[in-house]
Amino acid sequence: MSEQAPTPAPAVVTAASPEAASPLRRFLSGGVGRNLGLVIALLLIVAAGAITAGDRFLDVNNFFTIIRFASIIGVISIGMTFVITAGGIDLSVGSVMGLSTIVATIAGVQAAADQSSWLLMVLVAMAVGAAAGFVNGVVIAYGRVVPFMATLAMLVAARGLAELISNKQTLIINVTPFKDFFRGDLLGIDWLIWIFAIAAAIGWFLLSRTTFGRRTVALGGNFEAARLAGLRVKRHTVMLYVLAGLAAGIAGVMMLGRTGVGTSTHGQLYELDAIAAVVVGGTLLIGGRGTIMGTVLGVLIFSTLTNVFTQNNLSTSVQAVVKGAIIVIAVLLQQRFAARGVRST
Amino acid sequence: MVKGDSAPSLLAMRGITKSFAGVHALRGVDLDVRAGEVHCILGQNGAGKSTLIKILSGAYQPDAGEIDWQGERTIIPSPVAALDMGIATMYQELDVVDGLTIAENIFLGHERSTAGVLHTGAAHRRTRELLARLGHGDLSPSREVGTLSAANKQIVSMARALSRDTRLIIMDEPSAVLDAQEVKNLFRVVDELTSQGIAVIYISHRLEEIRQIGDRITVIKDGQSMASGLPVEGTPTSELIKLMTGRTVEHVFPPRPGVPASAPVVLDVQGLALRGTFDEVSFQVRAGEVVGLAGLVGSGRSEILETIYGARKATSGTVAVNGRMLRPGSVRAAVNSGVGLSPEERKSQGLLLEEPVFKNVTLSSFGRWARASVLNERRERTIAREQIDALELRPGDPDRAAGALSGGNQQKILLARWLVHGTTVLLLDEPTRGVDVGARTEIYALIRRLADAGTAIVVVSSEIQEVLGLSDRVMVIAEGRVLQTTAASDIDEHRVLDLIMEGVAA
Repeated sequence: MSEQAPTPAPAVVTAASPEAASPLRRFLSGGVGRNLGLVIALLLIVAAGAITAGDRFLDVNNFFTIIRFASIIGVISIGMTFVITAGGIDLSVGSVMGLSTIVATIAGVQAAADQSSWLLMVLVAMAVGAAAGFVNGVVIAYGRVVPFMATLAMLVAARGLAELISNKQTLIINVTPFKDFFRGDLLGIDWLIWIFAIAAAIGWFLLSRTTFGRRTVALGGNFEAARLAGLRVKRHTVMLYVLAGLAAGIAGVMMLGRTGVGTSTHGQLYELDAIAAVVVGGTLLIGGRGTIMGTVLGVLIFSTLTNVFTQNNLSTSVQAVVKGAIIVIAVLLQQRFAARGVRST
Repeated sequence: MVKGDSAPSLLAMRGITKSFAGVHALRGVDLDVRAGEVHCILGQNGAGKSTLIKILSGAYQPDAGEIDWQGERTIIPSPVAALDMGIATMYQELDVVDGLTIAENIFLGHERSTAGVLHTGAAHRRTRELLARLGHGDLSPSREVGTLSAANKQIVSMARALSRDTRLIIMDEPSAVLDAQEVKNLFRVVDELTSQGIAVIYISHRLEEIRQIGDRITVIKDGQSMASGLPVEGTPTSELIKLMTGRTVEHVFPPRPGVPASAPVVLDVQGLALRGTFDEVSFQVRAGEVVGLAGLVGSGRSEILETIYGARKATSGTVAVNGRMLRPGSVRAAVNSGVGLSPEERKSQGLLLEEPVFKNVTLSSFGRWARASVLNERRERTIAREQIDALELRPGDPDRAAGALSGGNQQKILLARWLVHGTTVLLLDEPTRGVDVGARTEIYALIRRLADAGTAIVVVSSEIQEVLGLSDRVMVIAEGRVLQTTAASDIDEHRVLDLIMEGVAA
């Protein structure tokens, strides 16, 4: 005997069933469609730039500048998307990035890199990020400390450690091949942009096509259900924070490439920019839903906005106010969306 | 003579009905409470007691029916209005604030102050008076409530009721958290209250308590009052149990073929204990056998299932599946050994409500079809579709969000999850809670089919007839102890209830 829900079926905004999917429906439920609002917002900002700054804004090189500017925060945000989708948060990413730039540029590491390969510095920065993430993950999963506090502690501690190691000095990179690499490009496109693009592609694949991604969504959607279904929730939690730390380490490498120096002040407040980009990109702060495409669009929205303001010689203070407004509007829209979604009592 | 026999009616409810999303929780309840009496409400789990309390305390509005309060027709629009009228409720989960002092708790929401500055002295004086009236003058008003025992928290809750001009106190299973001495104290306090003309509505599963303290009884079953205002003295227990259990809806249970003596033992639980919850639970389940756990909410039945499953870590005892010991406290170990749990709270413990049906069905096994960690969603959908057809899951769309399905179909998702994973032991906690009558029969048939295919099944249900109808053997549980284990055919519902109610104090 078939059975119907006792209440009239609530309006369901999730992907339409494949049987009923018209081409338009399929398009709308795809990656672009679900982020249609973000695409429109980005286009509006681009239009605003074109109108106010004209050719200076529309120049091809300016577009690369915007993406370049977005790339470092972008890589951090991709790691953050995983953590937030799983219902967590990582406040330490900015400091961990700063710490990774310091450790990768201390004299010993630079000397060793001179002897062997400049890639050693890359590996060291990534290892520092992953190690910090591992500590976060273990404290959260096995020490049962709430993610906010555990990563807040890491934020403070990693920054302090970076200052201790560097003695608050700026460490200049002398490894020429490292500097040469980041001065170069591939097909005329800056390496920072390539790294961002590759990280986004890997992140998208990992989140939407692999068992790792499925577990991530399950943890954020219903932690208890995931645990009772037999998923290794603690181990996965650790891996998520390792991933976020690794992303911060990669961002550290990019920062070294861009600035040529390691300093304990690199990455200050990056955690807030990353969280803002992730949330504006449609990832639910309570977990259970997140897309890499949305995060990339979120990052691009903020960097394009900054560019438009800079082109028009508006102060960073005005930018900050507008950024704040955008975050609130995005979250309000998100809540409307969630309220229409499936939420039976 | 019955207290308050000649007293005027304080509260009269007539024909109260209430339904939620088309499901009737109350379908005609009458209740008469007189000033100064202890009026007991008796009913099985799910009979509608808590809905009735919530209507009285202003949390819910009835769909139909009349309420007279002190002789006047009235409505109780909100919890604050109920308090203002003089109706106070002591919930099972006491609503005291642990971080505040006794005095602060008592005057919470009606603090005495001048221009925002609290009159601490006056509040403490008044608190001392109230506590003394309840026979607890020894408690200091400035003591933090978090440091008090459950019994003393109840005293604080009652003092708060008295601090307003309360005429009626509703007590929802107040003795559930108390030991024998504390129950005695509670009764003394209740006597004290009634002697001051305050009426008490007392809800308890324990018949002997009701005999001790109650004046009259109203019995509720399936949302209806079967008897209103029976005198406690002179109503035999058998009569009360008959009123509580007399059937209106008969469910069809599939026939039980019986378990052959040669069937191997699949699940072997020995001396399992969880400190403070249950003790010395030992039983075996053979392939194809259904064992039911009958007991009230809070008897430890759900915890027993969760401990077998490893979701809680046993303080002692062992669980073995097919002769192999399970690592205590590891869900993973249980799942890998072929144990599946369908939890009590489907929505909060079982499902990813926003995710599609097929991902919920494959939640325990999606890794199986992945190659190099890359998901094979096409295969997952096919597998889910097979289950949808086999279990007649509706709507039959694997991409529909699980949260949009009815309770019965959500239950089928969980069963499908373990069918796909392939379990030899299935633990079912309240498999038909929130499932309508038609779908229940389907779930029963499904459980039977699983057993016939050789799965060892343990079922927990608040509905005793469900346990009896589904199981080959029944374990009766009260307060974390197994009172009796017997073939389901050798026991009936009255006997089970008798055991639970009279056996609790034994």
